Amino acid sequence: MKSLLSLLATASIVALASSSAMAAGELNIYNWGNYTSPEMIKNFEEKFDIKVNLDGYDSNEAMLAKVKAGDTGYDIVVPGDYMIKVMIGEGLLEEVKPNSMENFKNVDPKWVDVWWDPGRNYSVPYQWGTTSFTVDTAVYDGDVDTLALLFDPPEVLKGRINMLNDMNDVINAGLRYLGYGRCNGNPDELREVLALLAKAKPHWRTMDYAVIEKLTSKDVDISQSWNGAAMRARAQRPTLKYAYPKEGFTGWMDNVAVLKGAPNLDNAKLFINFMMEPENAGLTSNFARYANGILGSDKFMEPEMLSAPEIVMPAGAPEPDFVTPCPQEVVDLYNKIWTQLKQ
Amino acid sequence: MSGREDDATLAAVIDHTRRRERVTRAWLLAPALIIILAISILPLGITIVYSFLTPGTYGGVTWKFSTDSYVQFLFQSDIFDGTLAFNSAYVSIFLRSIGLALGATIGALLLGFPTAYFIATKPREQRNVWLFLITLPFWTNLLIRTYAMLLIIRDEGIINIVLMKLGIISSPLTILYTDTAVFIGLIYSFLPFMVLPLYASLEKLDFSLVEAGYDLYANRLKVLFHVIVPLAKPGIVAGCMLVFIPALGAYITPELLGGGKKLMIGNMIAMQFGASRNWPFGSAAALILMALVVIVLLINARVTGREAR
Repeated sequence: MKSLLSLLATASIVALASSSAMAAGELNIYNWGNYTSPEMIKNFEEKFDIKVNLDGYDSNEAMLAKVKAGDTGYDIVVPGDYMIKVMIGEGLLEEVKPNSMENFKNVDPKWVDVWWDPGRNYSVPYQWGTTSFTVDTAVYDGDVDTLALLFDPPEVLKGRINMLNDMNDVINAGLRYLGYGRCNGNPDELREVLALLAKAKPHWRTMDYAVIEKLTSKDVDISQSWNGAAMRARAQRPTLKYAYPKEGFTGWMDNVAVLKGAPNLDNAKLFINFMMEPENAGLTSNFARYANGILGSDKFMEPEMLSAPEIVMPAGAPEPDFVTPCPQEVVDLYNKIWTQLKQ
Repeated sequence: MSGREDDATLAAVIDHTRRRERVTRAWLLAPALIIILAISILPLGITIVYSFLTPGTYGGVTWKFSTDSYVQFLFQSDIFDGTLAFNSAYVSIFLRSIGLALGATIGALLLGFPTAYFIATKPREQRNVWLFLITLPFWTNLLIRTYAMLLIIRDEGIINIVLMKLGIISSPLTILYTDTAVFIGLIYSFLPFMVLPLYASLEKLDFSLVEAGYDLYANRLKVLFHVIVPLAKPGIVAGCMLVFIPALGAYITPELLGGGKKLMIGNMIAMQFGASRNWPFGSAAALILMALVVIVLLINARVTGREAR
């Protein structure tokens, strides 16, 4: 046993030594979990002889908390739209001027003058999508395009629901179901939202970010979900259908950005430029199953991506609603509702 | 003259030795002091300071004194109209955690005592094998073990598939994502912490006392409760502490097996440093949790202290 252990130890030391000796540099990427195409990373490593280390988070807030705590050693982060704005405001991002980089011409003009980073001085598009929910039509065969399935579920879906463990996504869905505005500080309306959520909660089985796993393991039959996750779940459970609720749903874009004080700043800039190449954006979409904002990437995308109902919105669907960051008073109220809900 | 000089040299030598001793003592003490200061007192100090500050907008703290974090634990300005009223949310999270941790402790004791007794009564050369088996799970990360438990008890997991194949149940038992699942997970995670101290005290047990009990016409139950349990008491107390305390602050188990719908203390504190962006309140909650643990330890010291006398 002992000799086996020492053999293993020696082997791992050799492996470590050789891997660090091989690459000319390093790049530490902090991205959402299960969201980075291994193929795309391999291409980057081979092209620039840089070793990529990948670490994952499951919410913008978790990422922000870790970055704020400081000294993470990460170079690249992939925050959502509102989080880009927050992080620029907090001085956490390096102004790397992607708009003067070689591949910037590939960015779809629609995604250049965005409210979270006008003119793209800090970030480039990674993936964009919608947050709605997906239902197993073999379990429930009625109309899926309504938030009532989450908040006032039919008998067959009771106890079979997963909600995202995300304060904003859950409260925003509640606000839409009641027809109230987002970033809402109106006490009476929020009181109604809390009552709605509290009444619906007994019907929810879980509140978790692991959407794909919850659906494919048949722990639940309906889950709040991002569209790409819904598509990946459908690959293993073909009867799933992604809903475009008539009350509305969230649109979002995740963006590649460089952290201030990144230890491998030059490599990080290479990566930013690399992500604007159509082929790499296409590879990312093939893996994560979301659309990207890079023109010409469709040539590198799998054909089913271009017709998937999760990506191509039906004609009658409402426009996705991109939610801006809320003022602190509203965040405080949301926090209280959230704790009250989860006690 | 020379005598005085000798005295002076002697004094210098003594002084030198003393100084050297002092230096040596300082060096020898250093590791312990560094550990106590750097790993225990300093973080605790930061936590205490942070708990009296005001939360920063996007996490962190702003340097403004406030006792809000402690007020917030029990009272809440009504979400909507701002009047201060008793708020049971956090108290009920604490009570649920205490309940689950107590349940897990009792469960682990009921399972662990017979196990430890079994091992302690084996021939000496076999005991090590059994102890090895008890510690074997530690070779795998807790997260992985908890995830494995999730695969076992889920609706389409091993238990349900076997029971349904055998025709014992017709629809799957809903265990996963309930308090029962958290309870099972906690017992599973912390059982070795119960077995090992129990084994340590049962191993030293003089079994001639058990025989003496039988000779005096005690039945098995009487022997158990009047001879074995009192003698194993230090092990029982230590085991219960070692299970109760980590179970109270458990994070992974409720997160994975509880389904995220209800918080335990550990998750609630983690949330304050993440989505809720309220580091001061997180610090305050952590200190309140620590105070609870200290109370349990004090009660323990009281009880065992009285025993010793």
